[in-house]
Amino acid sequence: MTALDETAIGGLGASRRRVEDARFVRGRGHYVDDIHLPGMLHMEILRSPLAHARIVSIDTSKAWEIPGVRLVLTGEMMAQRNLAWMPTLSYDTQAVLATDKVRFQGQEVCVVVADDPYIAKDGCEAIVVEYEALPAIVNPEQAAAPDAPVIRDDKEGQTDNTCYRWAVGDAAATERAFAQADVVSSLKLHYPRSHPSPIECCGSIADYDAGTGKLTVYMTTQAPHIIRAAVALVAELPEHMIRIVSPDIGGGFGNKVPIYPGYVAGILASILLGKPVKWIEDKSGNLSSTGFGRDMYLDAQMALRSDGKILAVRMHAVTDQGAFFADAQPSKFKVGLLHSAFACYDVPVGLITAEGQYTNKAPGGVAYRCSFRVTEAMFFQERMVAAAAADLGIDAAEIRRRNLLTDDRFPHRTAFGFLVDSGQYHKCLDLGLDAIGYEEFKRDQVAARERGRLLGIGISTMTEPLGAGNSREYDILGIKMFDSAELRVHMTGKAILRTGAKTQGQGHETTWAQIVSHELGIPADDVIVEEGDTDTAPFGMGTYASRSTPVAGAAVAMVARKVRAKARKLAAHLLEVSEEDVEWELGRFYVRGAPERGATIQECAAAAYSNMPDGMEPGLENNAYYDPPNLTWPFAVYIVTVEVDPETGVWDVLRVVAVDDCGVRINPMIVEGQIMGGLTEAYAMANMQFQTYDADGNQVGSNYMDYLLPTAWETPGFELHEVVTPCPHHPIGAKGVGECAAVGGPAAFVNAVHDALASTGVRNIDMPVLPDRVWQALQDGRDVSGAPPVRSDS
Amino acid sequence: MTSFAAREITPGAEDEYRITVTVNGERRVVEVEPRLLLAHLLREGLGLTGTHLGCDTTNCGACTVLVDGTPVKSCTMLAVQADGRQVTTVEGLGTAGELDPVQEGFSVEHGLQCGFCTPGMMLSARALLDREPDPSEEDVRWALSGNLCRCTGYQNIVKAVLWAARKEAGR
Repeated sequence: MTALDETAIGGLGASRRRVEDARFVRGRGHYVDDIHLPGMLHMEILRSPLAHARIVSIDTSKAWEIPGVRLVLTGEMMAQRNLAWMPTLSYDTQAVLATDKVRFQGQEVCVVVADDPYIAKDGCEAIVVEYEALPAIVNPEQAAAPDAPVIRDDKEGQTDNTCYRWAVGDAAATERAFAQADVVSSLKLHYPRSHPSPIECCGSIADYDAGTGKLTVYMTTQAPHIIRAAVALVAELPEHMIRIVSPDIGGGFGNKVPIYPGYVAGILASILLGKPVKWIEDKSGNLSSTGFGRDMYLDAQMALRSDGKILAVRMHAVTDQGAFFADAQPSKFKVGLLHSAFACYDVPVGLITAEGQYTNKAPGGVAYRCSFRVTEAMFFQERMVAAAAADLGIDAAEIRRRNLLTDDRFPHRTAFGFLVDSGQYHKCLDLGLDAIGYEEFKRDQVAARERGRLLGIGISTMTEPLGAGNSREYDILGIKMFDSAELRVHMTGKAILRTGAKTQGQGHETTWAQIVSHELGIPADDVIVEEGDTDTAPFGMGTYASRSTPVAGAAVAMVARKVRAKARKLAAHLLEVSEEDVEWELGRFYVRGAPERGATIQECAAAAYSNMPDGMEPGLENNAYYDPPNLTWPFAVYIVTVEVDPETGVWDVLRVVAVDDCGVRINPMIVEGQIMGGLTEAYAMANMQFQTYDADGNQVGSNYMDYLLPTAWETPGFELHEVVTPCPHHPIGAKGVGECAAVGGPAAFVNAVHDALASTGVRNIDMPVLPDRVWQALQDGRDVSGAPPVRSDS
Repeated sequence: MTSFAAREITPGAEDEYRITVTVNGERRVVEVEPRLLLAHLLREGLGLTGTHLGCDTTNCGACTVLVDGTPVKSCTMLAVQADGRQVTTVEGLGTAGELDPVQEGFSVEHGLQCGFCTPGMMLSARALLDREPDPSEEDVRWALSGNLCRCTGYQNIVKAVLWAARKEAGR
């Protein structure tokens, strides 16, 4: 008997076609808005038109008069039930419906529940709210001014707009290193506010059954179990009477991690009315009120030797948090994992300080395709390295060669405390440089410049921490960041797998089955995967921050191994030998020394239900909770070439080369899909995608006419390359990958444009590197800040 | 009809119009409010939930359907404007037993991830191949530029459409 061909059964490394596609290409996906319950009502939200204002009065009487309007809720009515405020994921509070003040444009003020959404919208328009406008604060500088109005006057003891302060590193050692530096390279920049903007907006259907006392909420959530815990706390309902169901999700990117006012108001409405209440956000609601990413200012210095060796880094970051501190992040770290900056480099010491300021902008700071602020960390890092190379006159590839960790340095403890465990950084860099034809491009660039053409090449190299926890250091609201899987093998050898993660396009239904296949030899087509229903799925922390494969994926492998351990006992029974004499090969146990005598995993499964040995518990199933010993550390090199039009400032992407080392790839096709999606986000952020506010706090970019996203037309093509350094602690050697390109990519595009402008002396143009900014820089040779405006009357 | 924007139909009610729309080859007679959007008629009135709503401003293209063979964003077309016309939604692509080559191409080339933009994207692609059976990559990118995707980066979507073109040409 020959061993199974793992690729043929859809195991590890197979580019297996996705099982999800069968329903999606037929239009038979099951998104929350596709769910229709009998007697269902519809909820719409009335939002604040002002960024900062005291609520003088709310008159809802006209709304109640509209036929078909069933309920109007105000903040006051929520307050009567102790539901006007809710906790955020960063230990702050957030208004569900405003009671005292509105604190950002788009804030939730009232909700109307009606027979259909058209009537509910009519109801919202009939509500009269009288506001007394207050000065709006639209950036952290204004917020920190001594005479700034206090936005969060609802919080006891809050006398200014400071939201948090945080520091990590060794201040004294860093000062000493700077004192010994040949050169200090400085850089100030702003990573603009950006919205994850999945095409599907947020929404929910709350269905409270007065007969059973059970609340079911169908919801666009990336983390259903966290939501269940939060609902139990907020609504004071017993956790076993809450069922959160996350159906198909039309993209998440971190936007669908937090709990939003619409969910809470919908739940109360359903409880009050005894009917299912559907709330589907419109796009401007999504863009103007739900979790954004970034909006961070950097003031940084790097100490270097004249040969380009980095001696120390010092970074001060200021975050614009909006009106509520609602970052979805591990509670121990107030500015996410910003301190993962420089993890791929040999940087002996450093200091990072950070502070957050409340402003009259939407709350958030969510992990937008990002492992908690690592996107800012890696962008800052790679812009600082590029600036240092320019300051020293050292080639951009060469300065990286001189500072990237070499293969013999692992495991490496970074200056900020992370343990980076594996990688082949120099091999990846060389592969990328080779692929783009680095030296040749540099020659072409010189020749082109002589003819007045501006060509540029940008490099970004980075490793990032993916897959939180371990549980010692990582928790959200006190819940440790582990994950889970349950596997049940039926008597015919088919199986069902459930995990605590929640797919939103990553293809878990396809890839988790491949892990089971790898571990048990059951064909992947024989394994169905379910996620997202808290009544059936084991407790897990959900899918964001590229943590599914590192944590839930590991749990899948571990539960399969537990099942295999029991199957071994069944095989020994079937083969009438002792367990010690049973050997395993993919899909089959056999007798040591007599390989022709064997029992397949399917035969073992049948025995578990029909022929188990005396005293053995029937059945073939198990569960596993996986607490990773460390984060996973993928490495990536992104290299971009551009041409800048000196007349218009428009830049075109010539080529994009990506080298990703994310360890063992479960499904290479899906991994490449993730990388290309991330590269597109990187291009978007570098080129066009951002949200800003005018001096009065009016949001620019609150709909798709103003919030630019790249289409198929602008988006460049991508050339992908691979290096595999298995993760030393993950059961199948995999590392996270979903956001590497979105994290490391932006700096490659931005560095390329700056390289094209190298002769002008311009050191920094803030993202997005818009044509008018480039044009301005070309005109006067000065840096261009993208920071939001300061009030004209202050 | 479900409850959405149609509630209980009152024949002859002043604010409702009777329209006839042929949807995926099937003639449907419905009474609708004048303000009802075509997307809502399809999704809620006719239960064809494969047409998704993404942005309300005619930008994202998730709600793209074919009206008399032309891609139209059904979130900004009134249902009454579809009176007497032929509408094709994702549910009208392929047959029960066989996928349309565009659907098959999207799966083969991994042209979708979360699947939310996919129906609209496929209908724009279908319209392209109907008028240009042998498109260039540039043709495909231009034809799909009214449909946003946040997951894939488009490269595999382009490959999917070219795959379908090759399949239909028997290549």
